[in-house]
Amino acid sequence: MRIHGRGGQGVVTAAELLAVAAFDQGRHAQAFPSFGSERTGAPVVSYCRIDDREIRTREPIDEPDAVIVQDVTLVGHVDLFAGLSPTGYVLVNTSRPLAELVSSAEFATLPEGHVAGCPATELALAHVGRAVPNVPLLGAFCALTGEVPLEALARALRRRFRAEVAERNVAAASAAYELVSRHEEAHRAPTA
Amino acid sequence: MLQQLEGSRAIAETVARCRPEVVCAYPISPQTHIIEAIGAMVKDGRLTGCEFINVESEYAAMSVSIGASAAGARSYTATASQGLLFMIEAVYNAAGLGLPVVMTLANRAIGAPINIWNDHSDAMAVRDAGWIQLFAETNQEAADLHVQAFRLAETLSVPVMVCMDGFILTHAVEAVDLIDPAVVDSFLPPYEPRQVLDPDDPVSIGAMVGPEAFEEVRYLAHLRQLDALELIPSVAEEFAALTGRPSGGLLHPYRLEDAETVIVAMGSVLGTIKDAVDARREAGERVGVLGVTAFRPFPVAAVASALAGARRVIVLEKAFSLGMGGVLATDVATASPASGHDLATVVAGLGGRPITRRDVEGILERSGRGTLPRLSFLNLDEDVVARERARMAASRRSGPFAENVLRDVASGGAFR
Amino acid sequence: MSESRVHFYQVGSFAVGNRLLADADRTVQASPERTNSLDSGHRACQGCGEALGARYALDAAMRATGGQLVAVNATGCLEVFSTPFPETSWRIAWLHSLFGNAPAVATGVAAAMRAKGRHDVRVVGQAGDGGTVDIGFGTLSGMFERNDDVLFICYDNEGYMNTGVQRSAATPPAARTATSEALGADPGNVFGQGKDLPRLAMAHDIPYVATATVADLHDLERKVERAMTFRGARYLHVLVPCPLGWGAASADTVRLARLAAESGFFPVFEAEHGVVTGVRRIRRRVGVEEYLRPQRRFAHLFAGEGRPDLVARLQAIADANVERYGLAPEEE
Repeated sequence: MRIHGRGGQGVVTAAELLAVAAFDQGRHAQAFPSFGSERTGAPVVSYCRIDDREIRTREPIDEPDAVIVQDVTLVGHVDLFAGLSPTGYVLVNTSRPLAELVSSAEFATLPEGHVAGCPATELALAHVGRAVPNVPLLGAFCALTGEVPLEALARALRRRFRAEVAERNVAAASAAYELVSRHEEAHRAPTA
Repeated sequence: MLQQLEGSRAIAETVARCRPEVVCAYPISPQTHIIEAIGAMVKDGRLTGCEFINVESEYAAMSVSIGASAAGARSYTATASQGLLFMIEAVYNAAGLGLPVVMTLANRAIGAPINIWNDHSDAMAVRDAGWIQLFAETNQEAADLHVQAFRLAETLSVPVMVCMDGFILTHAVEAVDLIDPAVVDSFLPPYEPRQVLDPDDPVSIGAMVGPEAFEEVRYLAHLRQLDALELIPSVAEEFAALTGRPSGGLLHPYRLEDAETVIVAMGSVLGTIKDAVDARREAGERVGVLGVTAFRPFPVAAVASALAGARRVIVLEKAFSLGMGGVLATDVATASPASGHDLATVVAGLGGRPITRRDVEGILERSGRGTLPRLSFLNLDEDVVARERARMAASRRSGPFAENVLRDVASGGAFR
Repeated sequence: MSESRVHFYQVGSFAVGNRLLADADRTVQASPERTNSLDSGHRACQGCGEALGARYALDAAMRATGGQLVAVNATGCLEVFSTPFPETSWRIAWLHSLFGNAPAVATGVAAAMRAKGRHDVRVVGQAGDGGTVDIGFGTLSGMFERNDDVLFICYDNEGYMNTGVQRSAATPPAARTATSEALGADPGNVFGQGKDLPRLAMAHDIPYVATATVADLHDLERKVERAMTFRGARYLHVLVPCPLGWGAASADTVRLARLAAESGFFPVFEAEHGVVTGVRRIRRRVGVEEYLRPQRRFAHLFAGEGRPDLVARLQAIADANVERYGLAPEEE
């Protein structure tokens, strides 16, 4: 999977947390940034591979199974969905309907229920007090893909942050998880 | 205990378990996280008996390490790229004096043009300095190599450089089994120097040596490198017996049995190459990989033996000697049964350019078809090169060529 | 060692005879217990000021530390003339690494001793002016800034004498060297801004900074011993005339050092934590001409019509020193 954002939004940390959570589940994981001398606000990419076998390759992820967009202002400036698998997932940090931001043609071929928006910045502000959307997006990612359980993410957060900060982050991730889960259930429910 | 952590953190934790007594720090990407973490461990008291010194340059970092090592202290520092070049006089000096300093080199390109990303130009620039140079394939191996490095260095009185790919390894978060401190203590006895600055038994170290003895002194240093060829595998075996991990040694052969075509490479790219080799093997091709762990001393006999059955040898390396070609390839050539057009050098990954499995498979395909040149540059955009050559031919004041190329690339070839 | 008022001088030299001093005040060289840190038989030139200064400084340091001393040497004359192996003149633990890194290497030795709990072992770094003022300045400033426990001694002979007398940042203006020949309208070294290392050292606010010359070896010894009473970075700048580089008679080394101080051209003082605490006042002031004339490196200032304009500028430097440090004789 590939995470797009801007310097200061915890893009690299997000990939690392996801790798730790996957490792917690006994899986092989590898996280790495798109190494550069990025400054706050500059476009940043990070990567995370999760596999049941040993991961040997070191190449960047050109054909991701999932893309997380932490900052919608990147739309139109960065080729966010390049190489995305036809059965891949897309998760965007937004409080507005996705269709307003991205042409639906971008995801037309993706399976239903593989695309979600999440007001991650708002959730982060509400729970953590900082406008860093990475952790809520990871909670949303757990809900969207089922690749990593929320509990594993919570353990990774508790390992990474001090007690109180960890709990606030867990709350933010859980809130995002709930939001996206409800959204997904609505999708899966047979339409009347 | 197996942990998911950043490569730099794994190195710092491992170095701390080796009980260094003097650690010098000077920031340069991509090694900085290592010394930051060690500094924090000294500050919070987790690493005791260690002097952590923030120096004013890499030249001072290696110089302080020299003084500390000559005074009998286990000494460690880390650097990369320009930092290694800035300390190069002291790098040679540490080896010349026979001081067992251990240094992490987070491999990075050398400017100009300035570039912070990974390749092996820095390590190649000091290959003749008299240091043992070990290349790590993974963060697990990088961490383990540091324990072995102190053992090798102090046994032989030779400094050791652990080379690990900058960013690709140093900044990657992956699983590493951090070595048990008790295992380190049993594997790595306290440093017992051959020579030491002791006021109660004063010696002069660093005297001028004239033509009457210089060659013998240098030859003795060469012999210690040859001794290292014997010691590196035995230390790795002992380490494997304690930890169950195959880290270190001279070479990492992979699927060489019956291999007609062998790719030789160093460092983290070996993982990607192994994936490519597995894919080609599934397609029925007889291909393999030879990872070179010990670049200095260079294991000529072991390489010759590993390549004995190969018809074609491809050296894929992240550095080259301008006006000549491959650096590793030149060494491999002395040991390779293949020669002429059957011995190809592919320069790849310069300045952090990705090397993908598909790239490697493409190289193998071309090699199989007999169209792989003796020297080639992976994914070189020849149009960009041709356009800059044309600009240079058209105008004497064509300007700075790196900046011209960047403009050209950014404009998709529209820059004139 | 106490500093006693001395009343008896040998006529003309102002040098104090050991026999006139109380035992406790005699130079360490008067003692059969001296270390001979830099032993005889080395290959320094006749009349070498650096060999004289180093021998006195290190034996004093050895006495002050009870023999628990390690010396780190920069590349240069001192390193070369003392060691063509196996004829090392060093009877102390001694390490030579490179030209520009002696302060950092000394830091490393001090760090190792601290890590090993050997707080009794002290470290001296030493270099000529090239290894201190020029190529070693970066590592020296770093050592000062961290306040590492090192006494660094610069033996200043005002040029790169080991390589054949080239200009350094410590070469005085108008002095002829192989890279500042006495040619053209501005013969000799440039009148630059100077690079006053004792004052730069003081600007680091390190515990102790002092200057000395080989004309007053009691003063040099006392300053080494004083330096050893402090922990942290200390700096001692010793003027050591070079007969070869200065174009002077071998017998004139001590006399020239004394004239440098007595003219005010080389101020002798000490400072603690960035503040001057004592000066060696001039006894009988001389003009710079008296100091410059015996040196062939300044011969172009006096040949033919001479260059009184340049001599005046050099005199102005001496006058400024006298003013800055209050060096004027008490009688004035």
